[in-house]
Amino acid sequence: MHTRRKFIKIGALGLGATAVTTAVASWATGNTSGSTRSVNDRAVSGWHRFPTYCEVCFWKCAGWTYVSPEGSIQKIIGNDDDPQCNGRLCPRGTGGVGMYSDPDRLKTPLIRVTKNGEQTYREATWDEALDFIANKMKEIAGKHGPESIALFNHGTPGKYFTHLLNAFGSNNVAAPSFAQCRGPRDTGFELTFGESVSSPEVTDIRDTRCLVLIGSHIGENMHNGQVQEMSEAIDKGAVIITVDPRLSTAASKSKFWLPIKPSTDLALLLAWIHVLIHDNLYNREYVAQYAEGFNELKEHVRDFTPEWAYGITTIKPELIRHTAREMANAAPSVIIHPGRHTTWYGDDVQRSRAIAILNALLGSWGNRGGIFFKEGIKIPDFPRPAYPKPSWSWQDTLNGRYPFAKEAVTNTIIEASIPKPGMEHIIKGWFVAGTNLVVSIPLKEQLMQAMQALDLLVVIDTMPMEITGYADVVLPECTYLERYDDLRATAHREPTIALRMPAVQPSYLTKPSWWISKQIGERLGLGAFYNYKDFKEVLQWQLKQIGSSMEEMERIGLKKYPRKSPVYIESIAEFKFKTASGKIQLKSNELQEAGFDAMPVYTPHPQPEDGYYRLIYGRAPMHTFSRTANNRNLVALMPENSVWVNPQVAELWGLRKDQHVWLKNQAGVLSNFSVKVRITERIRWDSVYIVHGFGHHHKPLTYAFGRGVNDTELISRLAIDPIMGGTGMRGNFVTFVKTEPRKEGKL
Amino acid sequence: MRYAMAIDTRKCVGCSDCVVACQTENDVPNGFCRDWVKEVVDGTYPNVSIELRSERCNHCANSPCVRCCPTGASHFEEGGIVLVEHNKCIGCGACIESCPYEARYSHPDGYVDKCTFCIHRVRQGNDPACVSVCPTRCMYFGDLEDPNSKLVNVLKNRKFKSLAPEAGTQPQIFYLL
Repeated sequence: MHTRRKFIKIGALGLGATAVTTAVASWATGNTSGSTRSVNDRAVSGWHRFPTYCEVCFWKCAGWTYVSPEGSIQKIIGNDDDPQCNGRLCPRGTGGVGMYSDPDRLKTPLIRVTKNGEQTYREATWDEALDFIANKMKEIAGKHGPESIALFNHGTPGKYFTHLLNAFGSNNVAAPSFAQCRGPRDTGFELTFGESVSSPEVTDIRDTRCLVLIGSHIGENMHNGQVQEMSEAIDKGAVIITVDPRLSTAASKSKFWLPIKPSTDLALLLAWIHVLIHDNLYNREYVAQYAEGFNELKEHVRDFTPEWAYGITTIKPELIRHTAREMANAAPSVIIHPGRHTTWYGDDVQRSRAIAILNALLGSWGNRGGIFFKEGIKIPDFPRPAYPKPSWSWQDTLNGRYPFAKEAVTNTIIEASIPKPGMEHIIKGWFVAGTNLVVSIPLKEQLMQAMQALDLLVVIDTMPMEITGYADVVLPECTYLERYDDLRATAHREPTIALRMPAVQPSYLTKPSWWISKQIGERLGLGAFYNYKDFKEVLQWQLKQIGSSMEEMERIGLKKYPRKSPVYIESIAEFKFKTASGKIQLKSNELQEAGFDAMPVYTPHPQPEDGYYRLIYGRAPMHTFSRTANNRNLVALMPENSVWVNPQVAELWGLRKDQHVWLKNQAGVLSNFSVKVRITERIRWDSVYIVHGFGHHHKPLTYAFGRGVNDTELISRLAIDPIMGGTGMRGNFVTFVKTEPRKEGKL
Repeated sequence: MRYAMAIDTRKCVGCSDCVVACQTENDVPNGFCRDWVKEVVDGTYPNVSIELRSERCNHCANSPCVRCCPTGASHFEEGGIVLVEHNKCIGCGACIESCPYEARYSHPDGYVDKCTFCIHRVRQGNDPACVSVCPTRCMYFGDLEDPNSKLVNVLKNRKFKSLAPEAGTQPQIFYLL
């Protein structure tokens, strides 16, 4: 590896820690303490509460930050009026204050320098850091064009840097949430229904009679509104069918748990389609009215019987038939849940298509208890000049691959950052905001190669995540509790907007991302795109356009707008889907024309060899990605992950409970750290399970460092979805290493 | 008046929000908790079941902790809520040993601490913090002597159990099955 960009551990620098600023902001005086109704109010006099929406995950629940008279944030409580949380935040939202109080936060801008031949960071003023970035951007644009600056982002900060890059002349903006997460689902649903299920998902779980989860572990993925609705569905006696090689929490609450052999889901889905069609259980009227390609589909699935699927999935034919009948009995009040993290085996768009087709056959799209129509409020853009048109864009990095990628594919942006002879479109600078690429992106070598080749790498974060160690400039962002941000505008059952405002002033020298973007923009001569002094002006202007005001939003935090369009399909005469023909595509001509299977086909995937176990990863309800592993309010609940091992496997290997083992994958890649063994009947004997987001190797994360293992470092084999570029990550197999291996070349 | 709690094990997903909410509401020091979630796995793959339970002080009617407290710090408040008066507590730990639920811990400030059913909230007509925050609404808090309460209603209509009934403590937390 080149050493141009040597990894620097920020904490090792002994940077001076400024005391946390806890003074209550001046605007606190006379705020809304106790003035509006809330069963959650703690009646302590002198407390102030400030509206916010959560940033610990993407669900963005609206809530209130409570600040004591001494100026410390005491608690965060959900906003009763918010349909996304109904006044109840999840553990991460409740523990969100730990992001603010984390002693390891980034505190000051840092610039990479070489001192006595050693690379290190020096504390910098904001002016120095911002000047440095702007000058580098100009230099890169002068040589390669503005297009060669790219952004990787997640969460609210992304928007300000997208704006910066768009104004500068680049639209190379990528998010791991597409090619590493929900991309296949969205693509599969768009190809079938003309649109996807968005976020928060428009699944009518609250009113469903049958919920089918394919590897989706609601309750462990703590997508708040969805978890709440699943609980409500349980209360109302809905049938839950869960397909998962692991007894997930949701599976344990299901009437039917189908402990499927991993990687064979598509065979089960095809068998279900077969049963619905060939046993005449499908919704004939709905299909006749809204779908096309039925006869071809019927013919296509003729041989995909439950008996055929049994040999592949290990799910008994009677159970496949029985569960198909349960779905049909509930139809159209049934949801075959589209899932969210769907980058599994490389044929994920096709699996998502099969899920979409099942929903179509049951008539769930547009029906109560199925998938409803969303409506939201459009927040107008603050007046600005038109963005310049880039001469090339992320589409050009696809090189003819992934024809159905509607969003930038992180992997091709990374590829385009590695110089190759004769390369037409090269990327030389990265902004990384709110995403820890080192942990979230598989294929570490490619990532490292790309980062080494860059002329500029700017990381904006609140925490010294691994990615910060590779930056030329690290910019400390203040947490969501200390800043204004864009309005949250949600399209769901009812349109809502939510305000986020600072509850306290930013700690240390941290700044909000809107400010950082504006400062860089102005240095680039793009001041016209930032025609405001303070972001509050933008919000005031936007609120005025949509019939509200800052005063109102500060008081209520969340505003609902009356719905204008129907929620369900039956009230719309001659409803047209957003596909080219206006009909649901049971058979996809678009896919066929592009040379892909027009209807899903089951393909066998590699299986682990003796002594190896499929690495399955997922979520725990008290953590989000890798970003909460250092949050002191949450780590007590789960300080590290463990590797789940079936008792039979444990016996075979002589593993004891809580014994530390290292994991090694099929390519010989060894985990950075050891992990505790959890022996449990909840997992199949051919698989192991770990919760994603642990195994941090960056010492400045003083709590998270070295706790547990990071699944993505063991994911060295990817099955890339040729349709949209998703990185299938479930095709890796690990074995146990019981004694401490000699370690070389740690990442 | 007899305060009690029913917790629906069919709905609880074990997210531990109750734990975090309690900690932020009651300033429980890092590393300690007044409530916690237990997962009990039963059976052999693939015939496995899980029970998830949010546990805490059972505010027993026949409380060994109150009985064994040498200073009277552990005592009953209205509705049978068992409290520890911090000023009177000498931190001897007898109550910790006597509790069959391991519901008490030694606070770093030298006294014994545990769940209060959020008496400061209950006195104002609010639910305890754990109940008010639970995303699955699997917890019901109320007065067992109020026949119209949701609590009494669920206990009438559902099977339930309490923990360690053999200890004879008459616990007031009920788990709906």
